[in-house]
Amino acid sequence: MACVLEAPLRMSVLSEVTASSRHYVDRLFDPDPQKVLQGVIDMKNAVIGNNKQKANLIVLGAVPRLLYLLQQETSSTELRTECAVVLGSLAMGTENNVKSLLDCHIIPALLQGLLSPDLKFIEACLRCLRTIFTSPVTPEELLYTGPDHQTILFNHGAVQNIAHLLVSTSYKVQMQALKCFSVLAFENPQVSMTLVNVLVDGELLPQIFVKMLQRDKPIEMQLTSAKCLTYMCRAGAIRTDDNCIVLKTLPCLVRMCSKERLLEERVEGAETLAYLIETDVELQRIASITDHLIAMLADYFKYPSSVSAITDIKRLDHDLKHAHELRQAAFKLYASLGANDEDIRKKIIETENMMDRIVNGLSESSIKVRLAAVRCLHSLSRSVQQLRTSFQDHAVWKPLMKVLQNAPDEILVVASSTLCNLLLEFSPSKEPILESGAVELLCSLTQSENLALRVNGIWALMNMAFQAEQKIKSDILRGLSTEQLFQLLSDSDVNVLMKTLGLLRNLLSTRPHIDHIMSSHGKQIMQAVTLILEGEHNIEVKEQTLCILANIADGTTAKELIMTNDDILQKIKYYMSHSNAKLQLAAMFCISNLVWNEEEGSQERQDKLRDMGIVDILHKLSQSSDPNLCDKAKTALQQYLA
Amino acid sequence: MIWIQVEHYKQKKSNIRNIPVSDSPGATRRGYMWQYILCKKAPHSPLPGFHHQASTIASTAMPPSHRSHVPFMVYDFCICCILSPLLCLVFCGEECCLGRLTGHGKTPKDAASVRATHPIPAACGIYYFEVKIVSKGRDGYMGIGLSAQGVNMNRLPGWDKHSYGYHGDDGHSFCSSGTGQPYGPTFTTGDVIGCCVNLINNTCFYTKNGHSLGIAFTDLPPNLYPTVGLQTPGEVVDANFGQHPFVFDIEDYMREWRTKIQAQIDRFPIGDREGEWQTMIQKMVSSYLVHHGYCATAEAFARSTDQTVLEELASIKNRQRIQKLVLAGRMGEAIETTQQLYPSLLERNPNLLFALKVRQFIEMVNGTDSEVRCLGGHSPKSQDSYPVSPRSFSSPSMSPSHGMNIHSLATSKGSSTHFSGYESSCSNGVISNKAHQSYCHSKHQSTSLNVPELNNINVSRSQQANSYSSNDVDMETEHYSNGVAETSSNGFLNEVDSSQLRRQLCGGSQAAIERMIHFGRELQAMSEQLRRECGKNTANKKMLKDAFSLLAYSDPWSSPVGNQLDPIQREPVCSVLNSAILETHNLPKQPPLALAMGQASQCLGLMARSGIGSCAFATVEDYLH
Repeated sequence: MACVLEAPLRMSVLSEVTASSRHYVDRLFDPDPQKVLQGVIDMKNAVIGNNKQKANLIVLGAVPRLLYLLQQETSSTELRTECAVVLGSLAMGTENNVKSLLDCHIIPALLQGLLSPDLKFIEACLRCLRTIFTSPVTPEELLYTGPDHQTILFNHGAVQNIAHLLVSTSYKVQMQALKCFSVLAFENPQVSMTLVNVLVDGELLPQIFVKMLQRDKPIEMQLTSAKCLTYMCRAGAIRTDDNCIVLKTLPCLVRMCSKERLLEERVEGAETLAYLIETDVELQRIASITDHLIAMLADYFKYPSSVSAITDIKRLDHDLKHAHELRQAAFKLYASLGANDEDIRKKIIETENMMDRIVNGLSESSIKVRLAAVRCLHSLSRSVQQLRTSFQDHAVWKPLMKVLQNAPDEILVVASSTLCNLLLEFSPSKEPILESGAVELLCSLTQSENLALRVNGIWALMNMAFQAEQKIKSDILRGLSTEQLFQLLSDSDVNVLMKTLGLLRNLLSTRPHIDHIMSSHGKQIMQAVTLILEGEHNIEVKEQTLCILANIADGTTAKELIMTNDDILQKIKYYMSHSNAKLQLAAMFCISNLVWNEEEGSQERQDKLRDMGIVDILHKLSQSSDPNLCDKAKTALQQYLA
Repeated sequence: MIWIQVEHYKQKKSNIRNIPVSDSPGATRRGYMWQYILCKKAPHSPLPGFHHQASTIASTAMPPSHRSHVPFMVYDFCICCILSPLLCLVFCGEECCLGRLTGHGKTPKDAASVRATHPIPAACGIYYFEVKIVSKGRDGYMGIGLSAQGVNMNRLPGWDKHSYGYHGDDGHSFCSSGTGQPYGPTFTTGDVIGCCVNLINNTCFYTKNGHSLGIAFTDLPPNLYPTVGLQTPGEVVDANFGQHPFVFDIEDYMREWRTKIQAQIDRFPIGDREGEWQTMIQKMVSSYLVHHGYCATAEAFARSTDQTVLEELASIKNRQRIQKLVLAGRMGEAIETTQQLYPSLLERNPNLLFALKVRQFIEMVNGTDSEVRCLGGHSPKSQDSYPVSPRSFSSPSMSPSHGMNIHSLATSKGSSTHFSGYESSCSNGVISNKAHQSYCHSKHQSTSLNVPELNNINVSRSQQANSYSSNDVDMETEHYSNGVAETSSNGFLNEVDSSQLRRQLCGGSQAAIERMIHFGRELQAMSEQLRRECGKNTANKKMLKDAFSLLAYSDPWSSPVGNQLDPIQREPVCSVLNSAILETHNLPKQPPLALAMGQASQCLGLMARSGIGSCAFATVEDYLH
């Protein structure tokens, strides 16, 4: 038991530990549960009002043992209750006591205790929790983190119990209730769905929140109720076109971004608004025209202002503290605003010094700002026009490539996503990015543990290979190595698999490239293709694979790899009669390429395929009701006639 | 320039040719009608008339630009009123739209604007109107905004000096300039554009479909008119000056400003030294109590706030006694008591004496004056008691809003037992009385201060205070404190009853009538003597004439001059007498509290006249809880 081992070590440091303290702790380990109970009760009486005794007991390791007893199913309810009382008493002492309790993970143990059927025990746990949470050293998030705690609170009727506090006459009570709802509803559809239907004094909760949004209410209240409505909306409980979102919540959050608000409020307002409109283009459009929001956000970058530096040191300090927060909030909101609408993106980029700000943001020391700046860039990089113009003018790719070096995963994910867009074939940045060693970087991403990074890495490579010249293709193949390529083809994630197949397909385009690659990697590729066609994959994957085969069949020398592989030919034949038209069509492409007349050795290939019974299938397909299939079959048959 | 006023078009639809042409239409803040200045006089055509349309052209067809003077049709069965070769009004059911008629609409010269008949008054604080784009017409060159008087109406708003507009085709704002600034989105058919003028900070912002687009103009001059301009054929708009609900939540915006202004008032720096402000307030309260003769309350208040009462207690009680007599309609006794207590007062103020006597005459007619009562005339009980009126500052029988505080202060001083039962007796008394409401009709009559609303609860409470004080003060308890505090509701009912039974002159006694007539002759003589000594006095003359007029009617109470008999008319007399007595003691004629309130009201009025918009969100009433 770790706690016992730990105790003597600390004892040597602390000379003042009395024998009696030691005695109390020892009794907790007595095999007789009745004696343990008496020991806990004695301990309770000993620590009340005695800070020194409390400190001694903590040093001697009483806390882990008490927690152990409290959590043990075999402990009597009485014992568990007494343990909670003693812990509560310990928490009443100095801030260090509370810290020690927190270090021993007391919170989950007490929260678990709330599930007990015994009221006295629950009360003791609650008292203890209350003492701990009223201490300034306790981070509030401990209570409200994650869906687990939301669910525990929800299951214990938190919603109904807190709801009536919203109409309290005390502002403080109202605010606490409101804050509580905002944490309960966050990303929690279950809670949010319940909240929309809760009635308080004959009014639905959303209506009460809307009232709290009114402009004559204190800013804190407006902001927090806007958060509640935002979270309920994002959790799917309120429609995005509901008037309470469109005409109330959104305008309120935009107001929170205005210059008149405190810096903290502006940060929170912008972040919440960014979250609200993130996935809804209509809300993005409305926000973009409301109160000149896009221009208003430009002001977020002007801290600390030159004025504040001159006027007073205190203000400068305050501004400096918030400057990072403001910048990252603005970037986040820009990212949300520009997520879908081309006109909005244009407006954002036309904002004064916007691209410079993003470029600067990419190299800021604060990870938060860097991440938000990359997000913003990512959002804007969805614009074809901007990729060709401002992205090029500001050589955005340079700092982006820099961000990609040694960045934490969360930044890498967004940055590599952005890179995918910058590598699209029409992007003028493609060339310089390649020259700066992107292939190597992306190849290394494909080996990441992080799934999103693997997807983005291979995706970017796929874009890179699209209609690329021979050298780039060779570079990619070399950089990736065949082992890695096959590793990716057997990736458990279908997205990775699809993009890898896409990469293969892009690599295997134009005849000389096909022949070149197949001459060096033919064997492995054919193996991989066989494997996938035999494996349990969805239609899209198989279709993509058949398309790769069709590309191989288009090669001059590569053709032979198929023609000499009876196994593959049988598979193609099988897919020609598959129930899925897409797969049939893809298989037909292969056949069509194989039987094409003008090419060398077409006669032999035609004969071989006829012998396999392909022609019969083609005749059947030429009667198909699917016009695509029908056409394709007829074209293939014509090759035989010529 | 011709003014066309179109009012009540709905009622007048069948007779629409008769719509008057006037040059002084009246409009208030929300009361804008569809009134337009005809901006372009038809060059070679007579004054356009009104065209009845029984049937329609295609439902949303635009008029072809070459067919001039063809009324524009939007709906079935509408009536079209051509304002000029360029503009018309279309009436459809309850709707009325403004439409652009013909012309090429290619150059700015083809533009035509209309503006509301009245400028936006600064006193409204925040002004808002919305325009719905019914149709964008050919090119949607529409401008919505503001302009000063005298601005050329052949142009879209915003292009000229003192003209401001937001244009639909490019979404730009035009601030007295031919070139616009990028401002907001474009707008087109189906959009509702709002224009909000903030007269507190002199800015303007627009809204589109309920969403605020941000500040468009700052430093706006005063006296701007809502203006709409149209340029290309087929453009149709419909304005909403508040007759329909707005799309934008303007109420919420106003709430914000109300809160801001009130916070500004609340935070206004007062009294730099500690306690100074409080002392001043206490002095004001104390002087108010003393002025109206609430001696017990005043004493209690002075005790608990460590103040000295400027006037002697006996003097306050004397004044109170006189006031109560006046308010009970017992003028003869009141005059007598005044003469006893303040021997030279009425001698020095013959006009006051005259006024008192005229009132005495009226009370005789009423049957309440002691001289006629003692003659055995039956007097309805109700008229003994002074009924509670809903309004207050000049009358001692009523307490203003701070009456509650006085109570709580007194209570905290230890006399709580005296007050313990008041809550219940209050509710039995005046508050629950329905007749009280009918009584409110007289409340707009004469007071030195125009404070229209007072809390009924406080009113009845002050009565309680009086009945409480009756322990210390020797007073006419039998018909004052009892009468009002406990039976006032009965009193009202009696009065209602007696009016139904038809009240009788001088209480119905013949002797009393003779006494009254005799008194009238004396009054006439006194009036003549006064004129000889002091010269003509029109006020006195009118007063006497009005009083005598009562005798011309068989039922004076329901006669045109009958309101003189209303007990509420005792208040001004009472107030004048009280002030006169106070003046002889070198005390102010009016309590400082009333003066301060008057000052504040005047100040707000001055702000409104000077175009300071914030006055819209502050009223004296807000601070009389």
